[in-house]
Amino acid sequence: MYIKQISAFIENRLGSLEEFTRLLADAGIDLLALSIADTTDFGILRAITSDNEKALTLVKSHGYTASLTDVLAVAVPDSPGGLADALTLLRKGGVTIEYLYSFVRRIDEAAVLIFRVDAPAKAAELLCQSGVRLLAQEEIGK
Amino acid sequence: MYWNKPVETMERGMLEQLQLERLQETVRRVYKNVPVYRQRMQEKGVSPEDIKTLKDLRLLPFTQKTDLRDNYPYGLFAAPQSEIVRVHASSGTTGKPIVAGYTAHDLQVWSEVVARCLGCAHVGKKDTVQVSYGYGLFTGGLGLHYGVEKVGAKAVPTSAGNTHRQLMLMEDLGTTAIACTPSYALMIGEALRDEGFDMSRIKLTTGIFGAEPWTEGMRDEIEKLLGIRALDIYGLTETIGPGVAMECLEGHNGLHMWEDHFIPEILDPDTGEALPDGEMGELCITTITKEGMPTLRYRTHDLTRIIPEPCPCGRTHKRIMRLHGRTDDMLIIRGVNVFPSQVEAAIMGIPGIAPRYLLVVERINNLDVLEVQVELAPELLSDEVRRVEQLSRDVSRAIEQVLGLGVKLRLVSPGSIERSEGKSKRVVDKRTALTQ
Repeated sequence: MYIKQISAFIENRLGSLEEFTRLLADAGIDLLALSIADTTDFGILRAITSDNEKALTLVKSHGYTASLTDVLAVAVPDSPGGLADALTLLRKGGVTIEYLYSFVRRIDEAAVLIFRVDAPAKAAELLCQSGVRLLAQEEIGK
Repeated sequence: MYWNKPVETMERGMLEQLQLERLQETVRRVYKNVPVYRQRMQEKGVSPEDIKTLKDLRLLPFTQKTDLRDNYPYGLFAAPQSEIVRVHASSGTTGKPIVAGYTAHDLQVWSEVVARCLGCAHVGKKDTVQVSYGYGLFTGGLGLHYGVEKVGAKAVPTSAGNTHRQLMLMEDLGTTAIACTPSYALMIGEALRDEGFDMSRIKLTTGIFGAEPWTEGMRDEIEKLLGIRALDIYGLTETIGPGVAMECLEGHNGLHMWEDHFIPEILDPDTGEALPDGEMGELCITTITKEGMPTLRYRTHDLTRIIPEPCPCGRTHKRIMRLHGRTDDMLIIRGVNVFPSQVEAAIMGIPGIAPRYLLVVERINNLDVLEVQVELAPELLSDEVRRVEQLSRDVSRAIEQVLGLGVKLRLVSPGSIERSEGKSKRVVDKRTALTQ
């Protein structure tokens, strides 16, 4: 029901993002979805990768502060209103979105969005009941 | 111009006799009233009767800032609490400040010495003095204020900050002298220039600057920008506040220490041995009239030397050279004393924050900015920005509460603060103008 997201602390300086992504690239880890929340002084990078455990071990061994978080991968119709309908469901159920970002690729003709919500179990139930598909970890990567 | 000519020009023999009598009285009083001093003296096998000449000062134990911390808040007070009419506070080396207590007589002495300092700067009844030192627990504001009133000048208690209002009042009230930190003076000077004030309407002639070290280069710049004579004032909360020593307009070199109230010694910072006049070392001060909190042989950790030559102004009180640096790791940031150990004490209390930090001090637009870099521990990382920002705010608040100074907190990746064998580097001071 949940998939793993890797979050990492990135200092706000020239080249820091490049170093991080290069590290993954050299290890053959693919970035499937990516978002960066930035402040004046630092950024928090969140990504879904082809192999999260490997990515975590790798970046930690290179001195990054990083951790894994459970998030929802929500497949919505790739057409106008696809996301809005899913959000309506959650709002009616009183679920708050902490943040969301979208997948780079489509999967089975659907647009995939990563949701981080305050009540993940409830959100999953609401979405599944209404026929919205949640992607499993195996469908995305390790 | 003298405020108190008979005392300021007192013949050395008489002055030294006065010092001896006052020293003996002070030693008797602290021996009787302050258990810490009594115990220290007993450990050294010294009793008040052993102080027969001024040289016997060297028999007495030293007082360190840590003694003030260990006996916080009132342990070194020598007068009954009912006689204490004011307290001030300054930075300690850890979480707690150090507290100084003043009797009514102490406040009179303080005003008297500040009045003499103003005399050194030729500030008197005709003057309007803007006191742009912070008012409050810090001794700068109130210390200067009562001296200004004592000489009969007009005090304008603007306190520090709000530079635009400072300039407006300076112009409208016809301010003739200003007292503040030298870095704030520079800032005021640049604002005057940049905001296009009509310099012909600015009546400023004199500046009295202290609470942080400054160089001759800074003096030139301030004098040029503000069109004034800039003079150095010295003092510290542990001995009274500003007014312990002051440069005179005539000498414009070296600060007269008011020796009828404070006895200076210059020590070898490593051995504690007293050095002869003229040699560079650590300034050590004994207060000889303080009642609330006298300090015996207080180690200031300020480096200077005594200028043995007489001053052209005619004052007989010895001069110390403009401060040359510190023997410890104390920083002075916007007039506030900061010890790296204070930052350590503040962040130690926060779960998950490693006591590894770096202080970076910079001068941006003539304002000291303190950046504190702290490593973010893995368990504190959240995928939510607001949680990390909250953490950052909590850490900076903890540090600011201890320092009494705003800081810019920077979270950095673990391991990015340089480790070194033995003592790690805690401070990067980029303010070259101050350290030259």
